Amino acid sequence: MFQNIGEMVILFWRSLLSLPLAWRHRQKVFEQLHEIGNASLLMVCVLSFFIGAVIALQTAPMLVERGLHSYVGGMVGYSIARELAPVMMGVLLAGRIGSAMTAEIGSMRVYQEIDALRTMNINPVHYLVMPRMVAISIAVPMLVVFAILVGWLGGAVVAANNDQIQIAAKVFFVDLRQVVELADVVHGVVKSFCFAVVIGLVACHQGLVTRGGPRGIGRSVTKSVVNSIVLIVIFDYLITRVLQK
Amino acid sequence: MTDSNSNHRGVSLAVRDLHKSFNGLDVLKGIDFEVEPGEIFVLMGPSGSGKSVLLRHVIGLEPPDAGEILVGGESIHSEGVMDKHHLAMVFQSGALLNSLTVGENVGLYLTEHRLKPLDEIARIVSDKLEAVGLKGTEDKMPSELSGGMKKRVAIARALVSQPHLILYDEPTSELDPASAVVIGEEIAKLNKQHGVTSLVVSHDRDLAFGIADRIAVLLEGRIMAVGRPEEIRSIQEPAVHDFLNAKLKRPDSP
Repeated sequence: MFQNIGEMVILFWRSLLSLPLAWRHRQKVFEQLHEIGNASLLMVCVLSFFIGAVIALQTAPMLVERGLHSYVGGMVGYSIARELAPVMMGVLLAGRIGSAMTAEIGSMRVYQEIDALRTMNINPVHYLVMPRMVAISIAVPMLVVFAILVGWLGGAVVAANNDQIQIAAKVFFVDLRQVVELADVVHGVVKSFCFAVVIGLVACHQGLVTRGGPRGIGRSVTKSVVNSIVLIVIFDYLITRVLQK
Repeated sequence: MTDSNSNHRGVSLAVRDLHKSFNGLDVLKGIDFEVEPGEIFVLMGPSGSGKSVLLRHVIGLEPPDAGEILVGGESIHSEGVMDKHHLAMVFQSGALLNSLTVGENVGLYLTEHRLKPLDEIARIVSDKLEAVGLKGTEDKMPSELSGGMKKRVAIARALVSQPHLILYDEPTSELDPASAVVIGEEIAKLNKQHGVTSLVVSHDRDLAFGIADRIAVLLEGRIMAVGRPEEIRSIQEPAVHDFLNAKLKRPDSP
């Protein structure tokens, strides 16, 4: 485990050092952005809509019953912006994007494509890791902004149409606006940026250390997703602690 | 070959007392040999004898436990030696990047290092593919090619950097006899046209005796014999003789 952590720290440092080459590799960054956005946007919207909906469905009747109508919008909005959108999207994207990155780099490793790059004096960190790290660090925060907005919409739709809640969408958003500040959205976006770095780093590292044939690739993909999710939960606590009001 | 700039010449290679072990298992046990500039040197040996590991050391993908590898008299691990002498390797599987087209694969070295304008790279790629008999395949994906075609694309990709030394890892493995002959002819032709030094690792006897200037036999991590093909054929050392003359015997034959 300590060896893995050490290797990931070194990989992160090398990726940082190669950042000045990002413009030169912009084509690869755009390709990765398209890949990530294209693969995830619909899933992000569906997932976040229903997360917002279920949060409203679970909590709003209880609040309404106690005469706390005005808290529904704020509670749904606040919990989605600061916690649920970044964490749930982090978990989703670790499964969707992180696994794909590990599988691609892992198969390149197994089938000697990375060795071929080295023999051409092409640094795999510059060619493979840095563009993916840059792309995921841009894409995930943007997807989380979408997720927050769609999550709020899901909450509003349920609040307006559920017989036990009956809060008009306009009222829902006015209540939400009274509680949720821009800083709360920024909090969620900052978290998602950190999760993106974690997902990208774990995925690329697991890909680069893949050994063996197809079974090795499968093992790396599983480790990539599981390690990313564990690290997301740990970093979620640490970041929340640091950014706490 | 239509590329008028392809007048590069081979470079010498010397491997001295090379040792390597993995998890306590000795794979290379003091390898010594020299390859002259412009020579085709074939390293033969059975599977698991350490041939591919040796090749990975020569190209600098593995660090040795002991010993040294000199290219043009300079250590392979010295700063700038790889750039100065332009080493290239043709992998057993071809190792083409599956996400890139054939043309992008062949031109990868030039595009990534920004050595030429894009239109010139396209011309060079076309020339190199023509040289290996694959003209017009630039837009195909590697998955659309046969095993032999992939190896020829890998050779074209190696040629783009105008190498002084090309390493071939089992270039005819998994190929039918006709494709194996084509690959063997390509290696010999490139050597003759450009004077490039070629180190070929193979257990294909037809290929080795067909193209080699000299042959070395690697058995259990040691070089057991080095010499011209006719010298190697006449060696009576049992291990070498048995390897070179291994034949399938029908169970019912006398």
